[in-house]
Amino acid sequence: MLLAIWRYRHFIVSSIKNDLRSRFVRSKLGAAWMILQPLAQVAIYALVLSRVLAAKLPGINNRYAYVIYLMAGMTAWSLFSELLSRSVNMFVDNGSLMKKIMFPRVCLPVIVAGSALVNNVLLLAAAIGVFLLVGHMPTAAYLWLPALFVVNVIFSLGLGLLLGVINVFVRDVAQVMTVVLQLWFWLTPVVYMPTIIPEPLKMALELNPMYHIVLSFQTVMLYGQAPHVRGLIAVGVFGLLMLGVSLLMFRRAAPEMVDVL
Amino acid sequence: MTDKLLTVNALGKAYRDYGTEWKRFASWVGVQVQPKVEHWALKDVSFNVAHGEAIGIVGQNGAGKSTLLKLITGTLRATSGSLAVNGRIAAILELGMGFNPDLSGRENVYHVAGLMGFSRKAIDGVIDDIEEFAEIGSYFNEPTRTYSTGMQMRVAFSTATAFRPDALIVDEALSVGDAYFQHKCFKRIREFRELGTSLLIVSHDSGAVQSLCDRALLLDGGRMVKDGDPAEIMDLYNALIAERENRTVMISKHESGRVQTVSGTREASVEQIALLNEAGDPIEFVDVGQPVVLHIKVAVREDIPRLVLGYMIKDRLGQPVFGTNTHHTGQALENVKAGQCVQFRIAFPMNLGPGSYSVSTALASSETHLVNNYEWRDLALVFSVSNMSRTRFVGTAWVPPVIETAQL
Repeated sequence: MLLAIWRYRHFIVSSIKNDLRSRFVRSKLGAAWMILQPLAQVAIYALVLSRVLAAKLPGINNRYAYVIYLMAGMTAWSLFSELLSRSVNMFVDNGSLMKKIMFPRVCLPVIVAGSALVNNVLLLAAAIGVFLLVGHMPTAAYLWLPALFVVNVIFSLGLGLLLGVINVFVRDVAQVMTVVLQLWFWLTPVVYMPTIIPEPLKMALELNPMYHIVLSFQTVMLYGQAPHVRGLIAVGVFGLLMLGVSLLMFRRAAPEMVDVL
Repeated sequence: MTDKLLTVNALGKAYRDYGTEWKRFASWVGVQVQPKVEHWALKDVSFNVAHGEAIGIVGQNGAGKSTLLKLITGTLRATSGSLAVNGRIAAILELGMGFNPDLSGRENVYHVAGLMGFSRKAIDGVIDDIEEFAEIGSYFNEPTRTYSTGMQMRVAFSTATAFRPDALIVDEALSVGDAYFQHKCFKRIREFRELGTSLLIVSHDSGAVQSLCDRALLLDGGRMVKDGDPAEIMDLYNALIAERENRTVMISKHESGRVQTVSGTREASVEQIALLNEAGDPIEFVDVGQPVVLHIKVAVREDIPRLVLGYMIKDRLGQPVFGTNTHHTGQALENVKAGQCVQFRIAFPMNLGPGSYSVSTALASSETHLVNNYEWRDLALVFSVSNMSRTRFVGTAWVPPVIETAQL
């Protein structure tokens, strides 16, 4: 499988490039949209919710603390949601290609992961740019970010690949996932603080893998501290396990996948 | 290491419906599940292809041709049997597959060649050849969404054949594009063949199959009907088209060693056929340009509302040279009674080049043999043309020239 990826590296790289290009090639502002869209979203949340929630961020002496908090959480969330929603559909969307041309199918998840990573690294750069503007300096803790990205990708891709394979046979999965993703967003403390959650529900929050990932991003980017490693490792191990299972299932399903596409 | 490029053994492909998808998921984890419906698109197909051999695959729609090709290219996985490929296969199945409309032709070449597993460096070496072969001028650097279908096909074909594969699969896709480019494509395909590339050609065009292929396979209903000589297979295929309604096909060995196919409902049949010279004597060897009469006697067994006789002269490879019928000439016979005998005398000058030819006859009620096929007879008559009195020439047609020269 790894050998196949290496042999098709040119195709993977050019697919990622094309993917980025084709999204923006015919718009006036081009690649700027990649950053403007999430920034606009952050601006909306900040505008609507800052009065309500800003007071509840302890220990930060920056007027823009809530914006920074939001952007940290959104960086984590947008990588997750992009990876998940795209991998659910990746086999269905590439159905005609898979039917007609023989190429290692494992390229598809790699392309999705690569292109989502590029998008979100750019988004991260934009976020850091905004931080600098508002006078929030990066600290050494930012060196944790690559590790956080890796854990995020492992978990998201593990889940996404699993759902992507099932979606080929049961197309309802993609429909359900758009709803679930929205619900999940509000169940994860991205726009609000975990402190506002009542004590009895805290336990349930601990079971949400995205809580740990988002929390780590916030810890690093807002507070400039090392993330809570135990939760992160737990999510990473869980993600690896899921990735293993879904790869296994992917191999089993691959011969039948083309039949029903 | 065998000398066979492709070995196909008892190959079968079934599409399975499990009723509920849970059963399918269970089958992945090793649970034995009986599929609710199994549809076999291909069953028990065996053949092999040697290096450098050209094979035509013919059959009606739904006969399993595409399934077979997809199995060979590897996009589909076989349900039963085995398939061994010994070399790189390139397919010209769906030209333009994988093209991104916003990319230029050049960028798409890189992208699609990458999809075929080539590295950037390898493509750098042939990109100029591809551009030159496609001949679409400055469009090569324009986005492919501005291309016509034919232009897209040009780029796609040039890319697919930029590297000589061990086997080339050619689908009907090749019929896109103008005559000039088609010629160019076939020229390249022929060149590949001479260099040892095997060909797998799917086509309904008997001309392409017979002129390019060494052998042909006839598929019907997912099974292989016959593996044999292209001319023989094309005759059988034509007969099969007419045999939808459970009519009989008779295959017998003609005295020349070729296989004769006779099919039809037999309300009328050709009883006697001969080629006569000016004196009215039957001949087998004809001089170029000699006036002859094709004499056909038809026996009618049942009342027929309308009788049309068609005949076709074919060359050694089975390619049509000339053919017409009495429907086109406005001489169809109405209300022919049982027991009657009809005589046809078709006079024409033998303006054909030297070689061996055969005559096929068809008795039907209209211009095609697909409506009422009373009788279709291949190789009804075989004759040879030799050049005894004309100037030396080559080709299948005698087109008498008048050449004037002037030295100025």
